[in-house]
Amino acid sequence: MTILTELFAFWQAQADKLGQQILQHIGLTAASLLAGVMVGVPLGLLLTRRPRLAPWVLGGAGVLQTIPSIALLGFLIPVMGIGPGPAIVALFLYSLLPIVRNTLAGVQGVDAAVVDAARGLGLTDGQVLRRVELPLALPVLLAGIRTAAVINVGVATLAAYVAAGGLGEFIFGGIALNNPAMILAGAVPAAVLALLFDGALAGLQHLRGRRLVWAGRALLLALPLLAGLYLLPRATSKLLAGFSPEFVGRADGLPGLRQLYGLNPASVVLAPALVYEAVRSGDVDLIDGYSTDGRIRAYDLRVLHDDRHAFPPYQAVPVVRRQTLQAHPELAPALARLAGQLSDSVMTELNYRVDIRHETPRAVAHDFLRRRGLWREPQPATGATIRLGSKIFGEQYILAEMYAALIKGYTNLQVEAKTGLGGTSICADALRTGAIDLYPEYTGTGLLVVLQPSAAVLDSLGPDPAAVLAYVRREYRRRYQLEWLAPLGFNNTYALLMRRQQAEQLGIRTVSELSKYLR
Amino acid sequence: MLAIEARHLTKHYESHAAVQNVSFRVEAGQTLVLLGPSGCGKTTLLRMLNRLVEPDSGTVLINGQDVRSQPPELLRRGMGYVIQQVGLLPHYTVAENVAVVPQLLGHAPAAVAARTEELLRRLHLPPERFANQYPSQLSGGQQQRVGLARALAADPPIILLDEPFGALDPITRASIRREFRELPELRRKTMVLVTHDVTEAFELADQILLLDAGRVQQLGPPRELLLRPANDFVRRFFGAEQLALQLRALRLADVLCELPETDVFELASLTNSSNKPLSSTASIHDTLEKLSHTPVPASGEPTVWVQVAKSTVRPLTYATLMAAFGRAVRRLAEGG
Repeated sequence: MTILTELFAFWQAQADKLGQQILQHIGLTAASLLAGVMVGVPLGLLLTRRPRLAPWVLGGAGVLQTIPSIALLGFLIPVMGIGPGPAIVALFLYSLLPIVRNTLAGVQGVDAAVVDAARGLGLTDGQVLRRVELPLALPVLLAGIRTAAVINVGVATLAAYVAAGGLGEFIFGGIALNNPAMILAGAVPAAVLALLFDGALAGLQHLRGRRLVWAGRALLLALPLLAGLYLLPRATSKLLAGFSPEFVGRADGLPGLRQLYGLNPASVVLAPALVYEAVRSGDVDLIDGYSTDGRIRAYDLRVLHDDRHAFPPYQAVPVVRRQTLQAHPELAPALARLAGQLSDSVMTELNYRVDIRHETPRAVAHDFLRRRGLWREPQPATGATIRLGSKIFGEQYILAEMYAALIKGYTNLQVEAKTGLGGTSICADALRTGAIDLYPEYTGTGLLVVLQPSAAVLDSLGPDPAAVLAYVRREYRRRYQLEWLAPLGFNNTYALLMRRQQAEQLGIRTVSELSKYLR
Repeated sequence: MLAIEARHLTKHYESHAAVQNVSFRVEAGQTLVLLGPSGCGKTTLLRMLNRLVEPDSGTVLINGQDVRSQPPELLRRGMGYVIQQVGLLPHYTVAENVAVVPQLLGHAPAAVAARTEELLRRLHLPPERFANQYPSQLSGGQQQRVGLARALAADPPIILLDEPFGALDPITRASIRREFRELPELRRKTMVLVTHDVTEAFELADQILLLDAGRVQQLGPPRELLLRPANDFVRRFFGAEQLALQLRALRLADVLCELPETDVFELASLTNSSNKPLSSTASIHDTLEKLSHTPVPASGEPTVWVQVAKSTVRPLTYATLMAAFGRAVRRLAEGG
């Protein structure tokens, strides 16, 4: 029951957005369906006249159908960028198979004697097609359009990943935030839309004779009108922002910025993996990202300074089992050698080398240690084994390699790497149960994901990095007998990013300046 | 006047020869029946006449004009076309189906409506009941009648029929065939009809073209095929039904010369008014039919009379009729 209440509350609060997303969703579906009909029906008719091509065309459309929708979008983005273009093309490609196949099947299903008689009476090929084959194939053809429509309403949720809007915005936000009410807020209207399209087309399909032909024509008129819903004017501002679904929904993301800076740019939602590409290509001007991401360097972006501390501190710190520290007193000094060595820009540089230049995390880690004079050849491994964990992204791999090298160089302990653990809770559980001995974690993550303190506690901690570190250190020690050592120096937090060139032109260095510019 | 002439028509489907070097002529107003077993090429041959099939070689002339001299659609609008499966447009009403060709030809709507109504009435499909029905609401026989009306709607001089009665049950079939034969509409038409039914062929044909494996086996009037088969295939083809066909094909005129010259009577001497004399064009079959309904007199055989001249008649009993029939068949087969 509570989830229903939450759902209605969410809809009420987001009524504007809900309406806009529904219109966009209908627009995307109708536009792609229209394209599917305009291309698929003639293609299907061509196949009825050239049956030898049929296996090839249907095979090709079938292959398109088997490409996972998210992958199809992935293929289209390099060619078409982001926005409604790739979304409509992807949906169009999915609608082709049912429409082409049913057009062909519908025409082939027309009684051969009827066609023969019509030809024998002196109807031209075109007249046979228009007056006999098409009207008689219409029920089957409409069934194909109906299948395509239902598929498209479902797949159109993915449009939210490429900044094309639609009900996927709520759904992906809900998934990213683990908020079931928000997922339902998008999923329920999408399901209702699918049922409406299905029901309406089923109704047409069951008409007979002349009415069916009229219905077919009405459909051809209705689709462009519905597609036009997508073109309804939307809010604009001097800069267009592209945000990931999680950022839009999280309290310490966009809502926090809005509250603290009064920042309210016109924005589109798109997949986290695409925001950097989108700002680089100029599709959007402002994105959310992570302050140490390698692409900041690769794409020449500027991190806007969070001058009022809207984003919580996410300092990187090694977290270690207390038992391990006590059993091997030589471990802590070895780990401590990295403390304070990595600034935001240094970490960004290292991430850039791994993520963009595709150097191995090990080579990058060892090279860094050598340049800092921290490198030592491995000592003979005679002692116990330390199990080293990491999450599943480049920065964590690099840090794990650094710690492995330090432990091997400064102690006799052996190292076993258990890198690539799925997520925060998996790492935290592994550490608590002793499956690993240490891994690098971020203070904000430990606070919000693992400890999950009350709103009052969060409020009292505020944006102060030292206070957050002190709190997680104290609570981890008390609850789990785990130790947060000294911070590494960088803060991998949310950041607002712009193209450096544009930011310089507009003289924007901080979020406050951005907010002022937009006002 | 020559309505249709086919010259050396040949058609191959890949290596299979469907029609091989077939030629024939149909005079205006005559009916040619293309007869033969399944797969003999008769349908292919028919479809070459309206270019639903294009021959590999050979030509078709309609009223002296090569069919390839005009677009196939225009050619087809000038020829009625009836097929076994009827092929009515299921989404058109009966009236709309009948009106298809006149509309294609651009006839005035009022004229089209009047013509449709007239045809439906003549084919025993009262328009007030049938005009607005859809084909699926009709019986097989009714559908075939609509198909025929559709072929006749624009009053084409030539009608092509591909097993038009093939899909009907025997009783409906016989009655529709009778209606068909008696339809004044069809009297003036040149018709080419495909069938594998020998009785149907004999009932309707002026000429029969008997085909096997794409080749002409014999072309001629029905009784010629029957009495003077050109080869074993023709003989075998009619074998089972030979006697029945001969009884239908031969007329009293054919057998009169085989009767004894003596018993000629004055017409006026016939007193019994119920025993009206037959015409000499009556078939042997019909005469036997009549004999079987004649009461047996107190003395002698049942007798019917045939009028041989303006005022003379001759008597026929089972014995004299059958004896004369037997002699006539032998005489005709020998080429007399």
